[in-house]
Amino acid sequence: MRDAPAPRPGAFLLPWPDGLRRVRGPCGVAWRALASSLLGVLGLLLAACRPGPRADLVLHNGREPETLDPHLLTGQADGRVASALFEGLTRYDPVTGNAIPGLAESWAVSSDGLDYRFNLRANAAWSDGRPIVADDVLWSFRRAVNPLTGADYASQYFYIENGEALCTGAERDLARLGVTAPTPRSVHVRLRNPTPFFLELLASRVFAVIPREPVERGGDRWVLQHGLPCSGPYTLVSWRVNDRIRLRRNPCYWDAANVRAATIDVLAGDSAHTALNQYLAGDIDFILDKDMFPPELAEALRRRPDFHSYTYLGAYFIRFNTTRKPFDDPRVRRAIGMAIDRGRIVSRITRMGEPATSHLVPAGAGGYQPPTGLERDPDAARRLLSEAGYPGGKGFPVFEYSYNSEARLHEHVAVEVQSALRDELGISMQLRPLEWKTYLGNMSRLDYDLMRSSWIGDYNDPNTFLDLFLSEGGNNRTGWRDAAYDVLVNRANATLDRTRRLALLAQAEARLLREGAPIIPLYSYVGFYALDTNRVAGIHPNLLDEHPFWAIHRVAPR
Amino acid sequence: MDARALVRRILAIPLLVWVVATLAFFLMRAAPGGPFDRERAPASREVEAALKARYHLDEPLGRQYVRYLGGLARGDLGPSLKYRHHGVNEILAQALPVSMTLGWLAFGTAMGLGIPVGAAGAVWRGRWPDWLGTVLVLAGACIPTFVLAPLLVLGLSLGAGWFPVAGWGSPSHAILPVMALGLYFAARVARLMREGLAEVLRSPFILAARAKGVSPGGILWRHAMRPALVPVVSYAGPMLADLLTGSFVVERIFQVPGTGAFFTNSFFSRDYTLMTGLVVVYSFLLLVLNLATDLAHRWLDPRIRHA
Repeated sequence: MRDAPAPRPGAFLLPWPDGLRRVRGPCGVAWRALASSLLGVLGLLLAACRPGPRADLVLHNGREPETLDPHLLTGQADGRVASALFEGLTRYDPVTGNAIPGLAESWAVSSDGLDYRFNLRANAAWSDGRPIVADDVLWSFRRAVNPLTGADYASQYFYIENGEALCTGAERDLARLGVTAPTPRSVHVRLRNPTPFFLELLASRVFAVIPREPVERGGDRWVLQHGLPCSGPYTLVSWRVNDRIRLRRNPCYWDAANVRAATIDVLAGDSAHTALNQYLAGDIDFILDKDMFPPELAEALRRRPDFHSYTYLGAYFIRFNTTRKPFDDPRVRRAIGMAIDRGRIVSRITRMGEPATSHLVPAGAGGYQPPTGLERDPDAARRLLSEAGYPGGKGFPVFEYSYNSEARLHEHVAVEVQSALRDELGISMQLRPLEWKTYLGNMSRLDYDLMRSSWIGDYNDPNTFLDLFLSEGGNNRTGWRDAAYDVLVNRANATLDRTRRLALLAQAEARLLREGAPIIPLYSYVGFYALDTNRVAGIHPNLLDEHPFWAIHRVAPR
Repeated sequence: MDARALVRRILAIPLLVWVVATLAFFLMRAAPGGPFDRERAPASREVEAALKARYHLDEPLGRQYVRYLGGLARGDLGPSLKYRHHGVNEILAQALPVSMTLGWLAFGTAMGLGIPVGAAGAVWRGRWPDWLGTVLVLAGACIPTFVLAPLLVLGLSLGAGWFPVAGWGSPSHAILPVMALGLYFAARVARLMREGLAEVLRSPFILAARAKGVSPGGILWRHAMRPALVPVVSYAGPMLADLLTGSFVVERIFQVPGTGAFFTNSFFSRDYTLMTGLVVVYSFLLLVLNLATDLAHRWLDPRIRHA
């Protein structure tokens, strides 16, 4: 079998000479494409004569990245590639997912936990050889927090002094952000509250250091510039949309000696079956994306030695619209929560070994011990429902359960919930499948009764889940407002002592789950990767689902 | 069709493309939700407003429409709202040639297989070539692509190991997708060809030619073939447009980086510009190929020419 010829460097970034790059009109596009396709038939035949070398590593990364701009991206597939190109002050440990030194070689934290002083590495350099200095960090942070940049994750800067004011436009002077550069090799960050997970936040993409001049010059296309200076372990060689991204080791990276693979091909695709076929045929070395596993084959794949599953920070839950009757009554919400059988959902529907959980925060997040929520108890559920005025479900209005319809899984869960509520409580629920964007719109407009939901943690701390349901939280989307809950979470986040802080958060979560119950958690997510450990090493299961490319390498020839 | 009619047809093309672009523009925006609605709420209202302003989505719809038409007139289909580093022109310039390469090869397969099989069926009507052809045509027309393609992968790549399971870039990558895409159309072409030629062979002018003493080969090639191809050609124009713009199913199964995936994905992600751009380019191709079909008819069938 012949290997795919590697895209020539730059060939897909600049498919035509400069003078012809602006295609004239749809007619132009069509005519040119017609011409190129005829050439393409010829080219395809000629390609047989010059098969390019295969990259050291070929991996399937899931869907096509929308952007590699680390400040703008939101998708996991985008983030994996962007992390290979751009690094921040810290980076993720490939084994644990915890923050380890990146562009900063060391740091000191003040005793009140508010001031961080980072020392940049003397050998930190862009891929063009220029040194990375404190001004680069400063400029990158200010760009990310600037609302005009349009960074969805700019909210991570709210932990820094004046970050929120800048991002909401209350403060316009970007120099007021609590980040300064006392010397060209040091960066000082002032936080609003002691934030125990701040070092991990710094490893996330929205804190990546990017090159100022190409970003300012290049506009939306800046990532595609030829010879783009990168701060991470790899540089971008070529990108063919919906096909592959080729990365090459950055020789100027401070830790280049430990970057294992010299070249990596990152494949993109929509079809899980195709990804699996490519893996089984040996065309790709491993699959990183959990969406690239056909769910109907999950049970068979789990038994294979080269398929690895692990829990990570993801939760599947149901939202209530607490502004609508009868779901404005917490007793009704609790009754519904206690009627559902989570065990059946994970054993009969998801079947990937997911832990059925009555709590929202997955176990183990930042050393946190989540409280028990509402466990299944149909008798108590019936009592609660009759207390709320609906004995035996009499008089309960018919209501809807909304879910996004592109994955069958959500429909199966919906049907399970529907039958549990009918059998245990005698209430009747209708299913409302929605197309993705409609689903999102209805959620943010509170146009639903019950809605399937999920959340993936951004950093290894319970706060990444618990701050969702703050009264003013943009991601609350249940209409639930509870001053006592806000106080608990805010007090926890102002507490320096780790044990006391986690205890306060656990108290908050217990209140969320057992008193207010604006949500019903169903299970924690399980990640999956396909990897023959005798051939490829350097990928480790961790809660954050972070697998930096620089650590991955082949241990045996193909 | 005289020269004036031809000019009229050509002038109608931009007009029709404009109508299609207008419909696509407004229908896309009538769909609920927008390109920047995500699972995570934006960091602040200002961030959301800045994103919309960058792509002029904050302007009144009429203004956006005028802006879009202006871009279209200048040949700029705009920036993709999902693939944020790429313009729509650039995405199409990458993806369309791939789809078209696959399309031409599938078209060649459909015509190259369909015409001989269909012709053989008509010439040896009721004899074994006809039976064999009929069985093949039935199989080709009945097995849907999404069944045929995985079967081909299972048998010829995972099983026999002759071809790569997916990907694009070398002739061996192209063979299975071309088969999966081409065989269905080959079956349709064969059926049209068989019926077309059989009818022509029964017609009086063939009888006259035979009476005149024209050899069987001469009858087939000089007299029967051209009129028999008319139904095939009528079908070939739209078929070519269909093939050239990419097949969602085949491109997805074989991971071919063509336009197929964009047709559905760009709608679901509300990538207004990419969706509208695809529709505009597709409609343009369809109109041009329909015109080409009509011109081919004229050449093939003197009755049309002199009507």
